[in-house]
Amino acid sequence: METTTKTFWLPEQASTFAQMVDSAFNLYYWISVFFFVLITALIVIFIAKYMRKRPDQMAESQMTHNTFLETLWTAVPLVLVMWFFVIGMQGYLKMRIPPGNAMVVNVTGQKWSWSYRYPQGFVTDTLVVPVNQPVKLVMTSTDVIHSFYIAAFRQKADVVPNRYHSLWFQATKPGIYPVQCTQYCGTNHSYMWSSVKVVDAPTYAAWLEGASDPSKGKTAIEYGQELWTKRGCNACHSVDGSKLVGPSWKGLYNRTEHFTDGSSAAADENYLRESMLNPAAKVVAGYQPVMPTYKGILGDKEVESIIAYIQSLK
Amino acid sequence: MIAHVHDNVNYFKVRHGIMSWLATVDHKRIGLMYLASTALFFLLGGTFAGLFRIELWSPEPGFISQDTYNRFFTLHGVIMVFLVVVPAIPGALGNFLLPLQLGAKDLAFPKLNMTSLYLYWLGAAIAIISLFVGKADSGWTFYAPYSISQNPAVLWMLVAAFVLGFSSILTGLNFIVTIHNMRAPGMTWYRLPLFVWSLYATAIMQIFATPVLAVTLLLLLMENFFGIGIFDPKLGGDPILMQHFFWFYSHPAVYIIVVPAFGITSELITTFSRRDIFGYKFIAFSSVAIAVIGFLVWGHHMFVAGQSEVADTVFSFLTFFTAVPSAIKVFNWTTTLYKGSIELRSPMLYGLAILFNFTIGGLTGIILAILSVDIHLHDTYFVISHFHYVAMGTTMVAFIGGIHYWWPKMTGKMYNEFWGKVGAISIFVGFNLTFFVQLIMGSQGSPRRYYNYLPEFKIHHDISTLGFAVLAFGLFVALINLLVSLKSGETAPQNPWGAMTLEWTHAATPPVLFNFEETPAVTHGPYEYPSEKV
Repeated sequence: METTTKTFWLPEQASTFAQMVDSAFNLYYWISVFFFVLITALIVIFIAKYMRKRPDQMAESQMTHNTFLETLWTAVPLVLVMWFFVIGMQGYLKMRIPPGNAMVVNVTGQKWSWSYRYPQGFVTDTLVVPVNQPVKLVMTSTDVIHSFYIAAFRQKADVVPNRYHSLWFQATKPGIYPVQCTQYCGTNHSYMWSSVKVVDAPTYAAWLEGASDPSKGKTAIEYGQELWTKRGCNACHSVDGSKLVGPSWKGLYNRTEHFTDGSSAAADENYLRESMLNPAAKVVAGYQPVMPTYKGILGDKEVESIIAYIQSLK
Repeated sequence: MIAHVHDNVNYFKVRHGIMSWLATVDHKRIGLMYLASTALFFLLGGTFAGLFRIELWSPEPGFISQDTYNRFFTLHGVIMVFLVVVPAIPGALGNFLLPLQLGAKDLAFPKLNMTSLYLYWLGAAIAIISLFVGKADSGWTFYAPYSISQNPAVLWMLVAAFVLGFSSILTGLNFIVTIHNMRAPGMTWYRLPLFVWSLYATAIMQIFATPVLAVTLLLLLMENFFGIGIFDPKLGGDPILMQHFFWFYSHPAVYIIVVPAFGITSELITTFSRRDIFGYKFIAFSSVAIAVIGFLVWGHHMFVAGQSEVADTVFSFLTFFTAVPSAIKVFNWTTTLYKGSIELRSPMLYGLAILFNFTIGGLTGIILAILSVDIHLHDTYFVISHFHYVAMGTTMVAFIGGIHYWWPKMTGKMYNEFWGKVGAISIFVGFNLTFFVQLIMGSQGSPRRYYNYLPEFKIHHDISTLGFAVLAFGLFVALINLLVSLKSGETAPQNPWGAMTLEWTHAATPPVLFNFEETPAVTHGPYEYPSEKV
């Protein structure tokens, strides 16, 4: 029985691909260790054996050809690399072509957060999937190229604006695994984290019921605060007055803001709503127009809850 | 003419003053100016690496912000690729040695050669200014649409790459014409030193790959000024297309970077083994083969970018064919040591370091061509480590080893052998400490270009940063040792290593203005050493 825990070279295995990729990795690894040790040993032996002892000493032999050796060391690498090509291609096709019964989740990457839209219509910041169920992610980006990577699943694909790029996996072990962006996307690239939570089928069913209405049992302020982290607002907007990529939310409500075009206005409900859905319309002076739109990601209830949360930050 | 009067005075003393350098058409002086320029940029690019390695000591934000970090790795990459590893060996050692190894007076077009140098300086100036003024932080790969949001910095960077590209094309053209037409009597193609063959293969790639950069620039300008959507998704363009253009140039550029290093390796190993090279023709033609195949594999940089399955499969298949000639070269060099008369002088230590590093660099490259495994390793530290084993561990180590090998010829001085060895060993140890651990970090899934990383990787980053300190120490020892020799080094004999190529057997040390007192007549191959009589 092969271990699924982390080894010296490879991370924990948590998808059906992990074992396949790792066995290709390990096979290649041991063959390359063999060649590496062979070459290093030969170099060391030759140096030890043929070190120059007198200044005028010449080489013992000027051999420049050996048909047997040359054929051998051309043929062996050629056969080996063709073998690896086949192994790699077979694995790759499995990783690229999802089975028909896969459950579909839409993924949106934007600077610098991930969001997951379930077929039931709700959006989450954590990808929750049932164990042993094929999942197909249909991914796109609203701004620049990102890349969706789950090391424990050995799966990765770029997320490109104006295109759908899909990726699939079947998780084999309940747990929480990090999702990382692996295509450089600016200031907070290395903070563009999310996680995938693999749960058993009953837990998933229960979660699905609760997730359809994430605001249930919460006040508008509580729900707004939750959205602040879940939708990644916190990457750019502090709530303690410190200046990040965007203005802090502390004391923002009804404050007079000055914009890059010279105009100014009070930060009322309409301004806050516009700043979420069409952030380029008014950009506060001293900041870059980098905020992506949240149109389609935040519904009316979400927008109102965030406004309520901002109002509470005096 | 004045030069005529001083025909047999060495090229240093034949003229004096700053203008004798700036207005020179002598390939040796031009080579030395390339040497000084690339060394300076290497120092600059290395400084940025040192700064972000210190930042990476801990996963928490440290002494630089993430924006500064992003700019630093961009500066490091752009400077090292376009201003150092691409031009270093052909520009500095190639210029200096090609005519000497062929038995020629100069390159075919000396004034064109000077033009190349000035274009290099111009391109370098534009690149540096645009990077600092434009605050570019797109990484050296300039992927759209992120990079487009940083215009005009990226447009200027491409202008710089375009100018540098012309410098490259003109040097390549000059080398090809020189190799075809300026060989001394008796210098047949199969008597060319392998360094010359490697420069020939490199020149072919420079001429064919570099124009694609100009095409890319033109398309970007059209998009920028006329709003024609080519790469920018906002205008209906396709950002993946830009990656195709970028790698169509930049993949051959990888071989432009490494092939000249293969040439130097062959020179070092033969000289310090007093041994004919094993498989001369294979090594010569494998460089040319790599040059040709190198044009057909660019798509392997895009296995997770969203190419079709067919494209990925074909690019993977073709990529494996670059592995075979590379592997055979390593076997040939190793076999050249067999029954040789091996002397471990400083340049030979560099030669052996290349064998070791390139074996790792090559093996870690092949695994990235295995499609299923690449999906996991793509854009992680594994890739970073792989290409540093090639660009730094092979190319820069060959460059520094080549400098140590030809230093007596270039300057007429011998450096201190003890400190030469200290430098070589520190660079070898420091380099491997820095980068081997990055292979482990990468296969564990740590992405590249990360300011903030998982705490479990702190130990890897710390080893890497300590390795960098050792590497930097070695580089400074080598630099200081060489500079000190200019002042107080012993006078070098004509052929201190007992090598067999023309620059050692027929040219004075340092060479005279037109290289040879009289044109040498070549009667044997470049590595035909006598055997020990038993």
